[in-house]
Amino acid sequence: MNLFLLGTLLVPLLTGIACLLAWRRRTTQRGLGLAGATAHFGATLGLLWTVASDGIQTAQIGAWPAPFGITIVADLFSAIMAVVAGMMGLAVTVYSLGSMDARREEYGYYPLFHVLLLGVSGAFLAGDIFNLYVWFEVMLIASFALLVLGGERAQIEGAIKYVTLNLISSAFFLTAVGILYGMTGTLNMADLARALSRTAAPGLVTTVGLLFLVAFGIKAATFPLFFWLPASYHTPPVATSAIFAGLLTKVGVYALIRVFTLLFVQDPGFIHTLILVIAGLTMATGVLGAVAQNEFRRILAFHIVSQIGYMIMGLGLFTPLGLAGSIFYITHHIIVKTNLFLISGIAYRLRGTYVLKDLGGLYRTQPALALLFLVPAFSLAGVPPLSGFAAKLSLVQAGLAGQQYAVVATALAVGLLTLFSMTKIWAEAFWKGDTGESAATPRPGSAAGVRPRGLTSMFMPVVVLAAVTVAIGLAAQPLFTLTWRAAEQLLDPTAYINAVLGSPR
Amino acid sequence: MPLLLAVVIGGLYATALYLILRRSIVKLLIGLALLTNAANLLIFTSAGLTRATAPIVPLGSDRPPAPFADPLAQAMILTAIVIGFGVLAFMVVLVHRAVQAVGTDDLDDLKATDT
Repeated sequence: MNLFLLGTLLVPLLTGIACLLAWRRRTTQRGLGLAGATAHFGATLGLLWTVASDGIQTAQIGAWPAPFGITIVADLFSAIMAVVAGMMGLAVTVYSLGSMDARREEYGYYPLFHVLLLGVSGAFLAGDIFNLYVWFEVMLIASFALLVLGGERAQIEGAIKYVTLNLISSAFFLTAVGILYGMTGTLNMADLARALSRTAAPGLVTTVGLLFLVAFGIKAATFPLFFWLPASYHTPPVATSAIFAGLLTKVGVYALIRVFTLLFVQDPGFIHTLILVIAGLTMATGVLGAVAQNEFRRILAFHIVSQIGYMIMGLGLFTPLGLAGSIFYITHHIIVKTNLFLISGIAYRLRGTYVLKDLGGLYRTQPALALLFLVPAFSLAGVPPLSGFAAKLSLVQAGLAGQQYAVVATALAVGLLTLFSMTKIWAEAFWKGDTGESAATPRPGSAAGVRPRGLTSMFMPVVVLAAVTVAIGLAAQPLFTLTWRAAEQLLDPTAYINAVLGSPR
Repeated sequence: MPLLLAVVIGGLYATALYLILRRSIVKLLIGLALLTNAANLLIFTSAGLTRATAPIVPLGSDRPPAPFADPLAQAMILTAIVIGFGVLAFMVVLVHRAVQAVGTDDLDDLKATDT
């Protein structure tokens, strides 16, 4: 029994419960939250270390043998995702200590946050497709409550769209699971991979695959299904936005990659080409939406959509280099995007608005913040030597090797437009002179009350995440080797299947 | 029997989607409730329908006698019903708060956070 594998799930669960028991005791909850997030990050690091050195880790819950019981599996891809999730959990918890207002803390911010982490980690480690559905729901319910916590009108309106589309996606997911179960009689992913490879109805298999594509496409916010994201991500307090931006859509991308490398590989000429087309369209629409926006967090929200395109581009190419690029891209994107949201929160704390027109003069008063913004902003656009450059380079190389010139051209053009909209934020919020009337007067009744002491703990995660971005960019090789190994595991699922089910008879 | 259920499930999906596409927020709510139930029924049907025996293993055997109802599908539906119920309860409260905050049940008036 692997301590780190179960720790990745048990630590956030126990932290959530402990925080609930300390209801209305804010200081205790803050301490528990911080300790829990630290322990969770430690457990995920331990998990990655074990998986990288000893191979795929599995645990059969309740000791029922594999195709019957609930299986928890961690291959390299899962472990990498879990580590990044753990890192974001810790960073955003530290940030919340300074930025979250007392009322939301009293009404269960920390328990919900840790249940969210539990759902996300569980989805990364699920070895059974119905179990994956359950973890998705755990994550969704926590995210629903976090999204409306505080009950401002904008939050409620955003939540209606977010909840509706996610429920529809869950219903699609459940439908697909039902048909899959009727077809194969199993739901264990490793067992499904075996059963689907010898099934006699490829037409129905592709149909179910497309149902999964729609269900996870909504969760991942891909091209025609992304409307809930820019309508809701800018409404909650910034710490909540940041953890949503970093983790939630990426769980959808994770599920897409898992399902379309392990289960539905019978017809890559159709499904994976479709994914590639969706990838290109997602990149383009996302970035064009961002160009039209004039509010800090709305721009960033549209950029999430655009970046999802890059992540599934590697899946669409379906080559080791492409998938390695995708995994690298997800890792880099989670760090950078969370960081950008955190920075937008600091700007809000200083100026009391997210509207670019009213921001300004931050470069003069906060040169350090301006510098910290440039690191993730350039990284997002893919400027060397930051982390985004290495990620985009490998995707572009994979695209050229697969002779998919159209999507490569889109990827490069979208990179340029990303740089343009980052420049817009830079020019408006940082470089432009002070607008005067808005300076240092947060709107009354706004999410972030005046609490100048909080700035230290808001700056700390931003500095650390920016340093990680630079470090990944300057020393991309170790991470790339790791993602390459993860991609090879994904493309040759024999090791995964044998680790879960034991060697074939 | 499977044919009848297939028609019922199809009808439920169609009704649910129709209601979700309406402008009234209450119809949206009913639509979502029907949608999860349609998915549950689909799992129930696709696992195979039988009225033969309950899946109880007799003494001295390691499997129940041949035609038996699939317990796994029912366990899954039970999980899905509980999840669906919880989420729907949340949605009801959310809709109530939304109507209070916006003062109308028309989804077209919920445009403030759109882009």
